[in-house]
Amino acid sequence: MKLKYVLPIAFIALFFSCSTDDDDNTTIVNEVEGLELIQTIVNGNETIELYNEKGLFETGYNMISLRIKDNTTDSYIEDATLSWMPMMQMPTMEHSSPKSTISKAIGKDTVYEGFIIYQMINTDGSGWSLTLNYTIDGTDYSLTETISVMQYGNQNTATFMGSDGTNYILALIEPKDPSIAVNEMKVGLFKMENMMTFPVVEDYTIALDPRMPGMGNHTSPNNTDLTYNNADNFYYGDLSLTMTGYWKLNLKLMNTDDDVLKGEDVTDENEASSLYLELEF
Amino acid sequence: MKTLITVILCLLLSSLGFAQDNNKETKKDTTKLEEVLVLSRRKLSNHRQEKTLSSIDDYLEKSNKITMIKRGNYAWEPTINNMTSERLVVTIDGMQIFGACTDKMDPITSYVDVSNLEKVTIGSGQEGTENGHSIGGGIDLKLPSSKFNGSGFKSGLDLGYETNGNYKATGLDLEYTGNKFFISADGIYRKSDNYDAGGNEEILYSQFEKYNISLKTGYKFSETQSIDANVIYDKATDVGYPALPMDVSLAEALIASLTHYYKPEDKALKSLETKLYFNTITHIMDDTKRPVVAIRMDMPGWSDTYGFYSKAELMKNKHHFTLNLNGFYNKSLAEMTMFSNNPGEPDMFMYTWPDIRTLYSGIFIKDDFHFSAHETLASSIRLGYHNNKIAKEVGVQSLQIFHDTVDDQNNRFLVSLASTYQLKKENYNLSVGLGYGERAPSVSEGYGFYLFNSFDNYDYIGNPNLKDEKALEANFSFKQKFNDFEIGLESSYFHIMDYIIGEIAPDVSSMTIGANGVRVYTALDHASIFNTYVNSSYKISKRFAINGTVGYNYGKGNDGENLPLIKPFSYFAEFNYNTPKFNAALQLDGNGNQSNYSRKYGENETADYAILNLNLGNVFYNKLGKTVLKYGVENILDTKYSTYADWNNFPRHGRNFYLNLSFVLQ
Repeated sequence: MKLKYVLPIAFIALFFSCSTDDDDNTTIVNEVEGLELIQTIVNGNETIELYNEKGLFETGYNMISLRIKDNTTDSYIEDATLSWMPMMQMPTMEHSSPKSTISKAIGKDTVYEGFIIYQMINTDGSGWSLTLNYTIDGTDYSLTETISVMQYGNQNTATFMGSDGTNYILALIEPKDPSIAVNEMKVGLFKMENMMTFPVVEDYTIALDPRMPGMGNHTSPNNTDLTYNNADNFYYGDLSLTMTGYWKLNLKLMNTDDDVLKGEDVTDENEASSLYLELEF
Repeated sequence: MKTLITVILCLLLSSLGFAQDNNKETKKDTTKLEEVLVLSRRKLSNHRQEKTLSSIDDYLEKSNKITMIKRGNYAWEPTINNMTSERLVVTIDGMQIFGACTDKMDPITSYVDVSNLEKVTIGSGQEGTENGHSIGGGIDLKLPSSKFNGSGFKSGLDLGYETNGNYKATGLDLEYTGNKFFISADGIYRKSDNYDAGGNEEILYSQFEKYNISLKTGYKFSETQSIDANVIYDKATDVGYPALPMDVSLAEALIASLTHYYKPEDKALKSLETKLYFNTITHIMDDTKRPVVAIRMDMPGWSDTYGFYSKAELMKNKHHFTLNLNGFYNKSLAEMTMFSNNPGEPDMFMYTWPDIRTLYSGIFIKDDFHFSAHETLASSIRLGYHNNKIAKEVGVQSLQIFHDTVDDQNNRFLVSLASTYQLKKENYNLSVGLGYGERAPSVSEGYGFYLFNSFDNYDYIGNPNLKDEKALEANFSFKQKFNDFEIGLESSYFHIMDYIIGEIAPDVSSMTIGANGVRVYTALDHASIFNTYVNSSYKISKRFAINGTVGYNYGKGNDGENLPLIKPFSYFAEFNYNTPKFNAALQLDGNGNQSNYSRKYGENETADYAILNLNLGNVFYNKLGKTVLKYGVENILDTKYSTYADWNNFPRHGRNFYLNLSFVLQ
């Protein structure tokens, strides 16, 4: 056999024979590694922990991880079912917001996750509360707690009425960490059926025209319009960003018949669409 | 095309085959085909140069083959055969060095000065491939060779003043030469204010200031071996570019080399020269002096190169072989930060050259075969491996906005071949040559990102998937002497395949505010470039002579469009009076109307012009040494003009009185 085959085998053999048997590693895996605690809510025998990457709620799309701790055993519950209802209290009325269901995070035992899109806040950050309903071993529990939501620096969510008279909510999800590249753009589109119900809008099209107002309304090439993906109920498109800085993502919402519900084309005369999201990096 | 390559290869091989021929004959000096301009100020007593303190740019412009593209009063870009930097190989004594400016504001020639150099070797087309692959030709700026002649201490001082632009130049050089050791140092300082075009029109942002110092030392170990070290530091500050939207606040180069020489006696190997070198360039563009800009920006660029070459000269029978093994590694990085006019918005940043690494290694073999008393067959081949790598991931990603596939690495194998037959008789010379060459795209052509070209007002995007550019070349020159009259013809034709040029990307928005759009580098299927010059001179008497040149150039792509930057009909005439201690020359220099301009690439019709210059020179000898005085008037009639090679037609110097004074002490 040639030396070039013998050598690697010899090395591999040597390596494995030298390695110690540390397979029975029992250190506890931290399932919220990389996440920051937003808030803990004590409810009788349970403590609910809310996490996300930043450790705070902001307007727009929030991916939230939850854990339920059994305060007596000091262990996390692995087989609960959860649901939630965010609520915004306004002077004359109250309303909820688009949200997902809560499900067990993939590959984790104790962490549940879901998203909430806070479409607006009061100027002082107050107004939101979160109701959590959960079931452990057939017993239902419920709690409501005030939460504080910070205003995000840019417009990452748009709430508007379309030409069909429906109120829509559009939220930017990706790119979270944009780069000078063709970025995958992901948005969620919901309509306000009533104050409490915000179903996903399916099969519409969102035309995309990113611009840099600070650069003479420079735009980038090879962007694609966002289309609906029925696998996860979000809209996806390509967003090219040619440099860092402030980008205005001009959008135009079209229904399944291609009627424009909101937004205008950007032209020399019309600098921006009335429907847009913002991005800065 | 394949047939031609075969023919050239056959010629090359057959000439090598003759090496076995044992016919003894007196060896002739090898005839340099290259045009050589002697720059050394020590040789200036021959009065060939109008000014002792001319810049390299001025010197190069005197050559028939070279035209300088001007974006300002400083750092002109040389072109050979109507081809610019990316189609040329410009080296400093065999050292590869690459400008750090994405907008070609710093051609290599701007980082050295006459005081650093001994001569400039210019090779047209494939004759210029000794140091690298090119299509148009090569320029090698030769550093002075080592001397161990024991001539002792020597010094020189140069002073220059020109009225137009209040231009001052000073040069000082000191030299000690022993039998085993030498050291020399020189420095030059130049400063110019804004110059005036014809009719006293001040050209704003045409000022510059620069200095250059160099140090060279050598030691001779034995009769056959010596070593020398050379360092050049060049720094230009406050350089205005009237034809561009930005100026330069700093262009700085450090060029260092260590060379070993081996010159055995009575062997077939005549010399072996090995050099290790490195150079680093920092180039910082600046718009702070411009009162009105669309947006403020910073555009720094850096280029570092490390390399070596080993060059051997062999003489065997009637053959003179040159072998050159060389390699280099270059790192080019440039970035742009723009400061938004809208308060609160973050700075905008991009890499315009996303840290491109170029690794090249190649070998060059040339044989000058003197197969009869008057005839020479010169054949050369260069083979090279060229690798480009995008070191920054964001560079790959940003280019992917424009190109479906962008590999972070690109390998090329490049070939250059040339063969020239030369006949030299007492009254006439004839030379016929064929060549084939390939080149890799430049960093800007391959990887540039939104490089604004103010010439055609487009932003340019590089294309990492470009094919090698290839050229077939034929050249011809002939010179006939009739007593005191001499007439010559030089002509070159290039058929360039996959000619790299920017093509408009429709519907892509420019980045630069106010630009017309975006061009992406792509290639024309083929393009043709042709040039021909007729030179003549007549010696009226021992002291009076006249000479004249008429040139015609042509360049077209396969789409029928004219290529940009093709010189229109040009002429030059000079009336000389020469004595050993005095010379005078009256020159007429002009271009015809540029009717075959390239509208597609932003050119417009540049009007014809003609200017008159008067140059005078005196030499005085005294006990300590000698004094050379050069003086004259350029553009006597104060004509307001610009040439096809003036970026955006900004006008050239109006009337200018100059005076150069040189003292040589020894």
